[in-house]
Amino acid sequence: MTNNPHISVQHLNVSIGNHEILKDITINIPNKKVISIIGPSGCGKTTLLKSFNRLLDDTPDVKVTGKVLLDGENIYDPKAEVTHIRKKMGLLSQRPYPLPMSIYDNVAYGPRLHGNPKKVELDQLVETQLKATGLWNEVKDRLHAPATRLSIGQQQRLCLARGLAVEPEIILGDESTSALDPVSTSIIEDLFIHLKQKYTIVLVTHILRQARRVSDYIIFVYMGKIIEFGPTEELLLNPQKELTKEYVKGFIS
Amino acid sequence: MQFRLLKDKVLSKLMLLLTILSVSVVLVIGIGLYYKSIPVLANSSWWTLLTSSDWKPLKGLFGFFPFIMGTLWVTGIAIIIALPLCLLSSFYITEYAHPRVRKVLVPFVNLLSGIPPVIFGVWGVLFIIPLIQNHIAPHFVEFSTGYSVLAGGIVLAVMIFPLIVSIVCEVLNTIPKELKEASLSLGATKWETIKKVYLRKAKPGIIAATVLAISRAFGETIAVLMVCGNNAAVPHSVFDSGYPLPALIANNYGEMLSIPMYDSALMFAALLLFIIILLFNIISRVILARLERKLAA
Repeated sequence: MTNNPHISVQHLNVSIGNHEILKDITINIPNKKVISIIGPSGCGKTTLLKSFNRLLDDTPDVKVTGKVLLDGENIYDPKAEVTHIRKKMGLLSQRPYPLPMSIYDNVAYGPRLHGNPKKVELDQLVETQLKATGLWNEVKDRLHAPATRLSIGQQQRLCLARGLAVEPEIILGDESTSALDPVSTSIIEDLFIHLKQKYTIVLVTHILRQARRVSDYIIFVYMGKIIEFGPTEELLLNPQKELTKEYVKGFIS
Repeated sequence: MQFRLLKDKVLSKLMLLLTILSVSVVLVIGIGLYYKSIPVLANSSWWTLLTSSDWKPLKGLFGFFPFIMGTLWVTGIAIIIALPLCLLSSFYITEYAHPRVRKVLVPFVNLLSGIPPVIFGVWGVLFIIPLIQNHIAPHFVEFSTGYSVLAGGIVLAVMIFPLIVSIVCEVLNTIPKELKEASLSLGATKWETIKKVYLRKAKPGIIAATVLAISRAFGETIAVLMVCGNNAAVPHSVFDSGYPLPALIANNYGEMLSIPMYDSALMFAALLLFIIILLFNIISRVILARLERKLAA
């Protein structure tokens, strides 16, 4: 593990109304690795992921205590400015949600928000990111067609390219392959493995096989608490905690 | 067993009949109005009736141009005022307002749509007219009584506000949360998200709401009649008085029998209003269908 983790969570508690979703979460996310968050549904894995870029802000009656340090800055500090925090993280949601505009404009959306890039730079950037997600050859002749015309798998890769275009440090994936066919899933998984050279990648998944295929570390969350955290193979093959053992064997779901 | 099936058959036919009966009222009204307008149409051509500004019922001169313009002015002003206001309010209610605030605001908006038009008229006379006469008009023109197309437009704007807001809010609520999160996670502010994503996604809904509001505004009678001056001349500024078609009909319906052809002229006014609204709805439906096809593609 590197000395200065991009994301460091300290005593994080999240509750919505009277319902405690996350309890006293403390963890350092290793840099430039793929980290999977696993756990039964409703255990708080998605909430944990969304707490990293403050997407919980708009949830009614949400209460967050504790710290999430992003490059040393506490993002829950009242003075923290939220847009540059979110810019550091690309989010890939369960189903692809392309913005209602062309393929080109989807990728250019982020860069245009954060500056006034020249057309040449923008063209270059769109090409780079579409190549990074393996979409370029499929779409280079119809960049100005509506993004919704792409297949679901292509849309998800477009969403990834869109996220990469703002030059984040971290990619968050919330069950990003659950709506995709097996071929698209494996393309996305390969992308994750490839992209970890440059980015820290945190994935929520409920597919243990996927966690094993792509991730370097696994966080097991149960009932709002982190039960166990460790390197993938170790955690899956030789879990230390009883709960982890039961989950990995399929007794808890 | 047989009886159950029979009942189903009979009922379905009955429903069809009743539906056709209700819908055919549109046709019946259209034909009836045309039939009643024949005398005035026999006297002058469509073109003269539509483009002449001479309104002298005693001499048998019926020029509807001032009334058509009055209707367009009042409706136009109402939409220009109401649309930005409604959009901003809808965005506030759906995106920015705390749920508790929203719970208070939404019933108030709905309450506004329940207030009878005549009360809006009284409010216009007591509040808007003096406001225009004493505080707004003096900055722009030498003299205005306050009874003007602007007053009519303002009152109408308030009346169509709840209609547009409730529809647009509904439309905005159907936009998936994840689309908003996608934009926010790229570092967009809420306003940027609204401007670049929501406005695009909600465009057909916003247009539909506007169309409905305009149709409503075309036909609104009593509140407008009370504040817009009812002077049969083409308005040239927002401070001039106007005389929209519905007000013309409502104001003169009682006395029309004493003047020859007056009744026919008023029926023609009704026919005009009917045609304007019909045409407007057809055109907007075509635009909407095209837009939806473009978005779906």
